[in-house]
Amino acid sequence: MCGNEALSEAAIIAGLDAYFGYPITPQNEITAYMSRRMPEQGKVFVQSESELAAINMVFGASATGKRSMTTSSSPGISLMQEGISYLAGAELPAVVVNVMRGGPGLGNISPSQGDYFQATRGGGHGDYKTIVIAPSSVQELADSMSRAFDLADIYRMTVLILADGILGQMMEPVVLDKKPKPPLPAKDWALTGAKQRPQNIVRSLWLKDGALEKLNYKLQEKYRQVQKNETRCEQYMVDDADIVIVAYGIVARIAISAVNKARQEGIKAGLIRPITLWPFPTEQIDKASEELRIFLVVEMSCGQMVDDVKLAIAGKSPVVFHGRPGGGVPSVDEILEKIRQLTVRNSV
Amino acid sequence: MAGKIKINTERCKGCGLCITVCPKNGIVLSKHPNKHGYFPAQANNHDCNGCAACATICPDVVIEVSREVNIVEVKEIKKQNCGIKTKINY
Amino acid sequence: MKTVFKRTPSLKDTQTHYCPGCGHGLAHRLLAEAIDELGIHDRTIGIAPVGCAVLAYDYLDVDMIEVAHGRAPAVATGMKRTNPDKIIFSYQGDGDLAAIGTAEIIHAAHRAEQITVIFINNAVFGMTGGQMAPTTLLGQVTTTTPQGRQSNGQGFPLQISELLAILPGAIYVERCSVYNPAQISNTKKAIKHAFELQMNGAKGLSLVEVLSPCPTYWHMSPARSMEWIEKEMTKVFPLGKLKDIA
Repeated sequence: MCGNEALSEAAIIAGLDAYFGYPITPQNEITAYMSRRMPEQGKVFVQSESELAAINMVFGASATGKRSMTTSSSPGISLMQEGISYLAGAELPAVVVNVMRGGPGLGNISPSQGDYFQATRGGGHGDYKTIVIAPSSVQELADSMSRAFDLADIYRMTVLILADGILGQMMEPVVLDKKPKPPLPAKDWALTGAKQRPQNIVRSLWLKDGALEKLNYKLQEKYRQVQKNETRCEQYMVDDADIVIVAYGIVARIAISAVNKARQEGIKAGLIRPITLWPFPTEQIDKASEELRIFLVVEMSCGQMVDDVKLAIAGKSPVVFHGRPGGGVPSVDEILEKIRQLTVRNSV
Repeated sequence: MAGKIKINTERCKGCGLCITVCPKNGIVLSKHPNKHGYFPAQANNHDCNGCAACATICPDVVIEVSREVNIVEVKEIKKQNCGIKTKINY
Repeated sequence: MKTVFKRTPSLKDTQTHYCPGCGHGLAHRLLAEAIDELGIHDRTIGIAPVGCAVLAYDYLDVDMIEVAHGRAPAVATGMKRTNPDKIIFSYQGDGDLAAIGTAEIIHAAHRAEQITVIFINNAVFGMTGGQMAPTTLLGQVTTTTPQGRQSNGQGFPLQISELLAILPGAIYVERCSVYNPAQISNTKKAIKHAFELQMNGAKGLSLVEVLSPCPTYWHMSPARSMEWIEKEMTKVFPLGKLKDIA
């Protein structure tokens, strides 16, 4: 299956009640697939008039306790930032997929990782976070859907899946996990009609003195829990590595080939692959940087995750960046060449 | 006297709309402000017939209206538990 | 002596923040009475706009949600589609519905969403201090039309209900008012009719526009505001049923 369809079917298996989307390349396979499969399941599919409307439809469905989702690509996700901030303020669960493309502006439809800051820092207003998961294979993309819905429901947050044009379009064998999941706690906060209970209100406006501040502290406490429990990261040959590449998503796949080639040339290279971009695997990278190594951060951007890597390493080890913005995709040899240069410099 | 109104003067904002619609000019603004500083409406129910025009136009729903009714109407009121009765027969 | 008029249960017994003579209080009451008289309290979910009525959930005792400015019809779509058995209404002001939320309301009607929209048209942005709204009348002074609204550069009063009535997906559009008890009773009938359509699963959107006074930012007394609706507003926003295919 192609990534776009794999994530769609996985979402349906995860119990998606409603999908709202708007056409934008490179994720159109999702809307097409959902428009066929969701009605088949007796579930809701709506093509909205804009991504801005789509995220607000998610807001509505989610407020009634339903599992709802929207997908788009970079420019569309920018239109959703207001909605995502409201989702955070109202503590509503939601899943959003960003199949990233080249930016800024209309950019192009090639893959990119230029939305890292928007995703991890939050492109909307106010202090809020979204859980950001960056799969690097079609299988992992499918697997992360049900996890995303569970995390969204458990923490009442928005979970953002960060894929890219390649991941969305490429075809790979996928095993869809159809095992039923353990039931999650009931959503007694949901809007279902105040029958024999006081009214529920879903809101993000807190005008009374200090009320919003209290809400913010509550959110921050929740985010600390997420940081403690949900940070995910994969390490490949890092233990004896002199040069450690830090890359996520599709770039991590390319980097693994470069690491293997370097190893064949006797260069001890390794890879750290953050899976959750927020919460960022700061501890793992910090620990890995206690021994003197060179960290090579590779991204399809002008350098965004590199900042988080530097923060994690806090100057203990050198951090070098290699990036390809605007839809550029680094090649294996390109990264290998960079590793070679760093090895020479390191041994001098 | 077929009707009577009760005004929650603490809640009234003295907008005066009830005064403009009372067919019997039975409402005036009080001289004494309530705790919010508004001069609330005040009923002098000398010949109020319970038409509830005042309650209908009151934006703050501070007026309760009661009226002497005949038997037919009692059944009507039971059906609708609130608000203005569309069928008013004296 | 029998009580013939009292507060309906779905209207909380609390002081509202609305200005003296504001039409929101009336619209809230009619909405609550309609909900109670139709017996749909237990399955009604309401959407509060961003505007003076953002605090509607403090006054309407049904499940409520407060959403981003202008997005209520999209939120309502998400709710109704996933909960067809619930009664969904959005309560919006003229800025919310006819300015920032124009796309949302037009497309909700265009998609024939089975929701009910209560649209309060008081010709200004109230909460933010009386700015020009799309429905501000020509010549009307607001904080952003100090010389009175001029058509060149500030456009004409937007007759959004007429715009919506031509859409096949809008099955009931009526413009009412609250400037006297008779009008108020008619508005209540319209709101109940709109809800009844949704209760019967009628395929389409129902919208009731309510011309409503804003004494504070019209700089008039409540009584004078009611007259102004009757004499001035109805010239630009004629009352009546614009559509009722049900």
